[in-house]
Amino acid sequence: MSTPYAKLPAWADYGLIPLINLLVAFVVAGLVVLLIGENPLRAAVILVDGAIGRGQAIAYTLYYATSFIFTGLAVAVAFHCSLFNIGGEGQAYIGGLGVALVCLTFDSVLPWWLTFPLAIAGAALFGAAWAFIPAYFQAKRGSHIVITTIMFNFIAASLMVYLLVEVLKPAGSQAPQTRTFLEGGQLPKLNWMLEAVGLTVRSAPLNVSFLLALVAAFLVWVLIWRTRLGYEIRMRGHSPKAARYAGVSEVRVIIVTMLISGALAGMMALNPVMGDQNRLQIDFVTGAGFVGIAVALMGRSHPAGIVPAAILFGMLYQGGAELAFEMPGISRDMIVIIQGLVILFAGALEHMFRPSLQALFASFSPRAVGAEAKQGESA
Amino acid sequence: MDLFSTLVLLLDSTVRLSVPLLFAALAGLYSERSGVFDIGLEGKMLAGAFAAGAAAAVSGSAWVGLMAAVLVSSFMALVHGFASITHRGNQIVSGVAINFIAAGSTIILGQAWFSQGGRTPLVGSDGRFGAIHLPFADALRGVPVVGPLYSQLLSGHSLLVYLAFLLVPFTWWVLFRTRFGLRLRAVGENPAAVDTAGISVQWLRYRAVICTGVLTGLAGTYLALAQNAGFVKDMTAGRGFIALAALIFAKWRPVPVMFACLLFGFLDALSIRIQGTPLPLIGRVPVQFMQALPYILTVVLLAGFIGRAIPPRAGGVPYVKER
Repeated sequence: MSTPYAKLPAWADYGLIPLINLLVAFVVAGLVVLLIGENPLRAAVILVDGAIGRGQAIAYTLYYATSFIFTGLAVAVAFHCSLFNIGGEGQAYIGGLGVALVCLTFDSVLPWWLTFPLAIAGAALFGAAWAFIPAYFQAKRGSHIVITTIMFNFIAASLMVYLLVEVLKPAGSQAPQTRTFLEGGQLPKLNWMLEAVGLTVRSAPLNVSFLLALVAAFLVWVLIWRTRLGYEIRMRGHSPKAARYAGVSEVRVIIVTMLISGALAGMMALNPVMGDQNRLQIDFVTGAGFVGIAVALMGRSHPAGIVPAAILFGMLYQGGAELAFEMPGISRDMIVIIQGLVILFAGALEHMFRPSLQALFASFSPRAVGAEAKQGESA
Repeated sequence: MDLFSTLVLLLDSTVRLSVPLLFAALAGLYSERSGVFDIGLEGKMLAGAFAAGAAAAVSGSAWVGLMAAVLVSSFMALVHGFASITHRGNQIVSGVAINFIAAGSTIILGQAWFSQGGRTPLVGSDGRFGAIHLPFADALRGVPVVGPLYSQLLSGHSLLVYLAFLLVPFTWWVLFRTRFGLRLRAVGENPAAVDTAGISVQWLRYRAVICTGVLTGLAGTYLALAQNAGFVKDMTAGRGFIALAALIFAKWRPVPVMFACLLFGFLDALSIRIQGTPLPLIGRVPVQFMQALPYILTVVLLAGFIGRAIPPRAGGVPYVKER
């Protein structure tokens, strides 16, 4: 089938259109702020200052961003195979179980740098396992992955509540959470890194999993654009028919892609569970799996876009907390609206401004639009 | 309490709990049958519930609340339509966006307008859809078997409960006995054929999503003004997704949708009822397992182990008119 829309120059496609979409999302969010009787510009100033104004704030921003990089990459990898993994939330939740089991077993015998690789493996394994069943059903039995992953989010939530209340809770304790991990199950903080560049950080949960997130982003780039598997994933994503004709096993690609996606989502759990709270709590994911959808859409499924998009959402989370303090009318739920608007404008309505931009470009230089159309396909 | 009256009580709460699911699942039926997937049922229901609660609290009238809910839910359905029909965006992405926008804005606006921590003020009896007592309900109460069944199970529900169950045959009639329904189903299976016949695919799909909006508005109104006396934040609590599960479970057919909703409502009622009490043979069933059961059943069904759920063929695919 032909593409419904003609191509624009690459810089407009990857720079201008996302920027316009993002801008519109924030303008609408500003209207909501107006609607509740506050000044949106003042709100924006407080938000940005609260997110990057001080060293402490930057550390928090990067802490939140860490989680979003993982979940954003998870969604993006699946997108490349034209699979919509909406189950990042559940995969991260179950990934936390993997982290906790490793930490509870080894925290008294191993130092953190030996527990850490085991915990990474645990998180990835459990996250991937939770993605495996929907992936298998999609590949083998054709059940829609969106629906099954939604269902698995709910099943994961029920399962984890059951495990925390009935199994993992230490005897005599009331709160549904595991015991606190000992030193061997705690990740070192990264605050010295910010202090090295002259910022003051008193205490913030930014930890080494941030570096792991950056490594993961690089590895995803290598995987998608520099390996044979990545090529097969993208081929299946562009045209399942072409992939089948080229001899790519669809079942294998779908399952492997979802395993990678689930593993990335599961690794998100390292950040809050091992890096901050040092115990497994109910609902520790707090929507990060869903933020990943917005991050992946905004970053156009490319690690180079996902990392800044994740940092932007980290800013919204951290700055939003400050904003809720300054303007009580604007609670943290404002971020949920912004998240929804970003998903709407950068995702579902991504083509809204394309025809008019197209016309604009055509009026300036018809050749730029027409001639580059054929080359633009490769990007 | 003897077994029979326990059973009647259980069925009674089954009916109450399945009504919001039924409204929402029928709502999804119109949209998905026309080829527009809708995972934003949850968000539209939540926005509807908030609008109902807010409007009823301000005006004091349940009917004003109902109107507001239908308007707000329909507006959100039109946003979904605008993205996925006019701009051919990804329908799943659009549905996810609707869910987030509803989840965030109901709390923010509720707090800004009523300052009660995201809930709307409690409404009096005029602001609610109260129980309707069917004729002779009190007179028949004493009659064994028939009495409790009639006076407890059938009588004493709100208007919206009866409306929900009447909508089942109505939806069947619309889909399978009217020209609009035939075209609606056709556009979900093969939009090109409908287009060739000179019927606008876009307008047909827009009408379908408007039906969805109206019905999700009713679902929200039921939650806010019949089951409760006002809006509480996040009050849909995943019901939109259970409704979606019911819709799939029923293979996109109206009458099975009703039975699927009753089944899921029954599971819900049962899990509240048997909380903590051991069952014969099985022992104590964890509450969490009962809560997860609708989702597990849907996954099992989707995997094709019990029958096969085949969605409308053109579902999720935006229609591009040939030039």
